[in-house]
Order: sequence, then structure tokens, then C-alpha cells
Amino acid sequence: MSLREAIESGKFVVTCEVAPPKGVNMEHVTAEAELLRGRVDGINVTDLQAACMRVSSLATCVLLKQMELEPILQMVCRDRNRLALQSELLSAYALGIRNVLCLTGDHVVLGDHVEAKPVFDLDSVSLLQAAQGLMEGHDLAGNELEGEPPDLFLGAIVTPGADPIEPQIYKLHNKVRAGARFIQTQAVYDIDTFARFAERVSDIEVPILAGIVLLKSAGMARYMNANVAGVNVPEPLIKEMAEAGRKDKAAKAEGKKGGNVVKASIDIAARLIRELKPLCQGVHIMPLGWGHHVPAVLEAGEL
Amino acid sequence: MIASELKPIDEVLGFLEGEEKVFVVACDGCSAGCEVSDPERTSAMVAELEKNGKSVTGTARVEMTCNQGLVALMLMQQMAGVREADGILVMSCGVGVQTVAAAVEKPAHPATNSIYVGGGAGLWRSEPRCAECGNCMLDYTGGICPYTACSKSLLYGSCGGPNEGKCEVDPEVECGWMRIYERLARLGRADRLKEMPPLRNHRNMLSAGERRRTSVWALELVPREVLEEEARSSAAT
Repeated sequence: MSLREAIESGKFVVTCEVAPPKGVNMEHVTAEAELLRGRVDGINVTDLQAACMRVSSLATCVLLKQMELEPILQMVCRDRNRLALQSELLSAYALGIRNVLCLTGDHVVLGDHVEAKPVFDLDSVSLLQAAQGLMEGHDLAGNELEGEPPDLFLGAIVTPGADPIEPQIYKLHNKVRAGARFIQTQAVYDIDTFARFAERVSDIEVPILAGIVLLKSAGMARYMNANVAGVNVPEPLIKEMAEAGRKDKAAKAEGKKGGNVVKASIDIAARLIRELKPLCQGVHIMPLGWGHHVPAVLEAGEL
Repeated sequence: MIASELKPIDEVLGFLEGEEKVFVVACDGCSAGCEVSDPERTSAMVAELEKNGKSVTGTARVEMTCNQGLVALMLMQQMAGVREADGILVMSCGVGVQTVAAAVEKPAHPATNSIYVGGGAGLWRSEPRCAECGNCMLDYTGGICPYTACSKSLLYGSCGGPNEGKCEVDPEVECGWMRIYERLARLGRADRLKEMPPLRNHRNMLSAGERRRTSVWALELVPREVLEEEARSSAAT
């Protein structure tokens, strides 16, 4: 079943992201994707995430397509102008890719090439407009495409915990008007905040997939609270991770196997999934290097 | 020096929709030199506004609209007209629109597009204000320029980056789009963000030949031409 069919069927949709390598060994990313076979409805492939140079999302998506998986091409506006972005949309379609998630992208100063020129000729909204235009048979300059236009399935993102939330909601409406057919969100840890957001956007007719980022430690949670916009890990979850960390440390001192941190991380993610289920149409899992734990998360989350 | 050209009158009238009383600020600096805001063009603009049913509550000529202190002083001298107005039409470069917007809690509308001439910043220099992009969006964005105030020059609202109102690029810097949102909200105009203005036309940043026929350009070009002519004639003799 394609992502579009899964979403249009009205079922609870599950997507998960994988990250291309910084280097040419593709075994790790394809193995992570293989673990997701039959378990998710789409696999996002990040596009130079965190502004770090690596293998492209498109190349990795094509590999996943060859494996008969369902890739979602992520595209950011930081590195290409409107010619290159539109060309890549056409190229992706020509290579069998159907799903595209349109993002603005982190600024280059957050990445590993801080001296690079940031482009941002388009942004998330205008990239959606460009893709929608191609689907209607013309490019941004109004020139007609030859032959059948591409039939893409477009997505966008939102930060449900942003403060203030109003600018996010204005932009979300514009993204939907520009052609987004599904929405994936920034990491959610606070169910009440998400519930309030869901209430505010109940008039949005496209499905919203709540973002789940696996916590790897109490320190990571604190770091995100301090540095990642719109992400707030509640104190009890941080305590749970810290306690698991202490147990693992003690076990290690006795020469025993730990595993408490991983278990706590999976428990928390699974709990979030179960609590979010009545509030949204799906979840989007971002394992950040812990892809091998995703099957356990899905199982514990009853997906 | 910042070069500018008048926006089409229909675009200006579009900005002023729903505003019956308009105060006009005209710059006597660069944009007057570009024959955009000189007394003659300013009177023509006032007549055009009145012809289209607007009531002009006053006109202020400011020597350099990019000088924030001077703008505040000139507007104070005409406070009655400013207070009475629903909005302010600013005939200057993009910097001037922003000084007026920063001085008065009323919508400030640009009457011009500022055209790229290689980076004149105006007198309000504490941070970049106008990129001379030729697509002036200051009406849509409440008098704060997204091209210069946003690290990514985004046109359709903030990215996911700002944390507690600060930019992801530099936590010392306020998110430009958050400033835009907050100002629009204060003016009761946040719903403007539902609109999606046309994409930026980067071609407007090029200085086309015909734009070089303004008097400011002439002042810069003529002496060189005279010098070249002199060089030629002295070589001939």
C-alpha cells in the first residue's frame, strides 16, 4: 500500500525516518530501512539534516524504492534555488518517488559547512506551491511541462509546541492551501500541549502525524528543552531517563548488563504513542540513530 | 544612496483599502533625487489619493527619512494629522518605511520599490534594513522587512527555528518573523498572514538601463563622462 493509499484509507498511519550516511557505505541505512518493512506506511529520508553534508535524500530514496519500500523524499530550501528544486522534484518522480515532504531547512550556520552560502530562494510554502504547479503541468515561471505532469503526494511540517503558536497555525493553513496532503510534526512529549494544538487546528482537513523522537538520555532531554524550539520534555520523563541511567551505571560497575536506558526510552515512546493515538491520525518516529529499536517501540506502542 | 521607483498606483491603493484617512511622509533624500518623492511627485500622489476618495490628513517632508530621530521629530510636529490618520503612506526607500513604522503604532505602507544599487544602507545603520530588492513587501509585513530581518529572508512566515523569539542562527538576535507577527498582532492585522504574496522576483534587484536616467545617477555619472571627454580631447591635442 502506498503512503497515499494508507492516508486516504483513514487508518492510523505510521512513518519513520532514516538518515543517509556521511560517506558512501549505504549498508547501514538500507539495513535500518529493511527493519521497517511491513511495519510502517512510509520511510522519510532526511535531506542533509542539521545542515551537514552527506549522501542525498534522493539517492537514498531511490535505493529504498529499488528495495520495494515506500520512501518519503525530504526536501529543504537551504541548498538549491528554484531551478534546482523543481528539477529535483521532476527527477524524483522520474525515478519512481511519489512522496515529498517540503521543509525550509536549518540555516547553514547550524551545520558542518558554516562558511557556505545559504540559498532560501524558496521556502516550505513556496516549495509546495512549486510542486503543486508541476503537478498542474507548469513550472514556477509559467512554462508548460512536456507530456504527463508528475503526480506527487506532498507533505509539510509544523511545531505543535511553538510559543506563540499563532504564527505556526497561519503558516500551516498556508501550507495546506499550497498543496500539503499530510503533516508531520516536531517532537511531542507533552500530551496536553499537543491536545490544545490539535483543538486549534481541528479545521485542517489533512491528517497530522505526531512526531516521536526517542529519548536517549536525561541529558539529551535537557539539551532539547534548552535548545530546540517548541520542544518541552516534561520533568517526570527526564527523571525516568535519569533513574534508568543511574541503574545502568550501577549495573556496569558490577560488571552486569544494563539496558535500563533503552527500556525507559522505548517505554516512554510507546506511552506517548498510545496517549497521542486518539488525538491525531498517525505518528512519525525520528529515532536519531536508534533505528534498530524502532520495531520494539512499534510493538510496545501497539502499532 | 538608495534608488527607488514608485509602485503602480493600484498596488498602493490596494494597501490603503479600508483606510480612509491617510498621512503622507515624503523623503527629501535619495528618493527625491530619483524623482519619486520630490515635491511635485508628492503633490501628484496626494491628488491621486484624493481622487480615489482618500482624505489626506497631512504631509511631512523629511530631509532624510532614514534618520530615525528626524522622522520622530517631523511626525511630532504634525501629531494631529498623524493621530487622525488610519495609516501612513511613506514615499521613500524601504529604510524610511521602517523608521516610520518604528515611530508610529499605525500601518506604514510603502509607495515605492527600492532598487539595488550596490548596497547603500541609509542613515539608520544599527542593522541592515533594506536589501533594495525591488519587491517591497513592507505593507504585508507591518513595516519590518523580512528580507533583512529574517536570517533566511523567508517570505511566508518564520521557519521552525526560533526559540523563545530568538533566531536559530544567533540567540542574540530576535526572530524577524516573530517581530513581524507581534507588530501585526498589535495593529490588529495578523490575519494578513493568511495571504500568500507573489514570489520574490530577483530580477528586480538588477539595475536596468532606464533606471539610470534619474538625476541622482546623472550626478554620479556626468562628472566621470566629463572627465573621460576631457581626457579624450587632451589626448587629441
